[in-house]
Amino acid sequence: MVSFLGRTGRFAIDQIAGLGRMFSFLISALVFAFRPPAKIYLIIHHIKTIGVESLSVVALSGFFTGMVMGFQGYYSLRKFNAESFLGSAAALGLLRELGPVLSAFMVTGRTGSAIAAELGTMRATEQIDALESMAINPVKYLVSPRIIAGLIAMPLLTAIFDVIGIFGSYLVGVNLLGVSSGSFFAGMENSIVFHDVYSGFVKSLSFGLIITWICCYKGFHAPPMATGVSQATTEAVVLSFVFILVWDYFLTAIML
Amino acid sequence: MIKVANLHKSFHGQQVLKGVNLEFALGKITTIVGSSGCGKTVLLKHLNALYLPDSGEVFIDGVDITKLGQRELYEIRRKFGVLFQGAALLDSMTVFDNVAFPLREKTRTGESDIKKKVDARLEQVGLGQMGRKLPAELSGGMRKRAGLARALIMDPQIVLFDEPTTGLDPVLATSIHQLISRTQKQFGYTGIVVSHTIPQVFDISDYVAMLANGVIENVSPPKAFCASESPVVQQFIQGKTEGPIQVL
Repeated sequence: MVSFLGRTGRFAIDQIAGLGRMFSFLISALVFAFRPPAKIYLIIHHIKTIGVESLSVVALSGFFTGMVMGFQGYYSLRKFNAESFLGSAAALGLLRELGPVLSAFMVTGRTGSAIAAELGTMRATEQIDALESMAINPVKYLVSPRIIAGLIAMPLLTAIFDVIGIFGSYLVGVNLLGVSSGSFFAGMENSIVFHDVYSGFVKSLSFGLIITWICCYKGFHAPPMATGVSQATTEAVVLSFVFILVWDYFLTAIML
Repeated sequence: MIKVANLHKSFHGQQVLKGVNLEFALGKITTIVGSSGCGKTVLLKHLNALYLPDSGEVFIDGVDITKLGQRELYEIRRKFGVLFQGAALLDSMTVFDNVAFPLREKTRTGESDIKKKVDARLEQVGLGQMGRKLPAELSGGMRKRAGLARALIMDPQIVLFDEPTTGLDPVLATSIHQLISRTQKQFGYTGIVVSHTIPQVFDISDYVAMLANGVIENVSPPKAFCASESPVVQQFIQGKTEGPIQVL
């Protein structure tokens, strides 16, 4: 019994210490991000890898998510003779919830895993040590630009996901299921307020931070061997998903 | 002055360095030898504070670098060039950009001067035509040469070589040794080499230090080292499995 309590206590302490290390890593990355000289060329490079290179997968998933929402929304609303609200239902769902969360999942799978694997490989092949030995701060050089790029790219990707998703639900609702185009857009216009867009923006911004932070942390501290890189990549993706969902719950509760 | 005093380091409860004391001669090449896993690389990484000791001091020009803050430490690291075991070139950059990297990041040198200096260093290591290649397109020997060019680009006072010839055939290994010797004579840096490649590495060494069982067993010029009566040294030189060095 005592040893069980001891092990549980040790586990809890290790987890809390790990979280402390993660937060201290984030704070140092943010501090270095605003300390000159700014690495503008690196930020632009990472906006390309996080944003531009995730565009196709985000657009595709947004399109099909929107179409599914068209079908499911129509099916649910028809039960209440409220098919004309399809536009507002789809837009609200996408702007407030599905857009930020699903595009964050896509970016985690597409780019977050790549970040963790790249930094993990750099650790294993002593490239991070090489930066240190050249008196170049590896957090400032490798992590801060990725976090800034994530903060810029994620809201833009979410906006694209939302627009394409709404277009998908419009195609299904109006062209396939016969909802009136006018009522689709009128319902959307009447029910969407700035707060809906704003809450989606805040969510996507924070998800951009979570993805780049966790994936950089896991990759940066990967054990220097092949299994260490794969383990870090898996942990980065899973932990990002969990953090996104948990943080999404709290943000929704606060911003409802 | 480069001096290590009573250095202790352990990983996960396993003690690797158990009180290392060693002073490196300035402007000379000192080679640290020892069996695999005895802590040579760990000792080397303490010299520019990539590792911090559990206890003990590392003095560079009279400053104990184990006590420095990050800013002061980065100033000290400017005195160093490092050639890592796998060269540790940044694989997203060309060879030219890798060699130019410290100049671009740490100095205000103009691009035309950077080009002149990088081209000169690449010529010196025999990679004059390889600047546009990516590290993945180079052979092991070429990567080491490119790593050496990068290590030398800031005109360091001290260059650390972590097993510079591991994984290379004997001919390539000799060419890397010759390159180290030639560049050391040309630039006058203090070279500290970790190597297994005996006796070949003795040809370029002014001093040889043997690390065994977590301490420095012997430091002497190569001839005296080979003639040492120390059973540890003799077992290592002769490659015997029986003796004071435990085979793991």
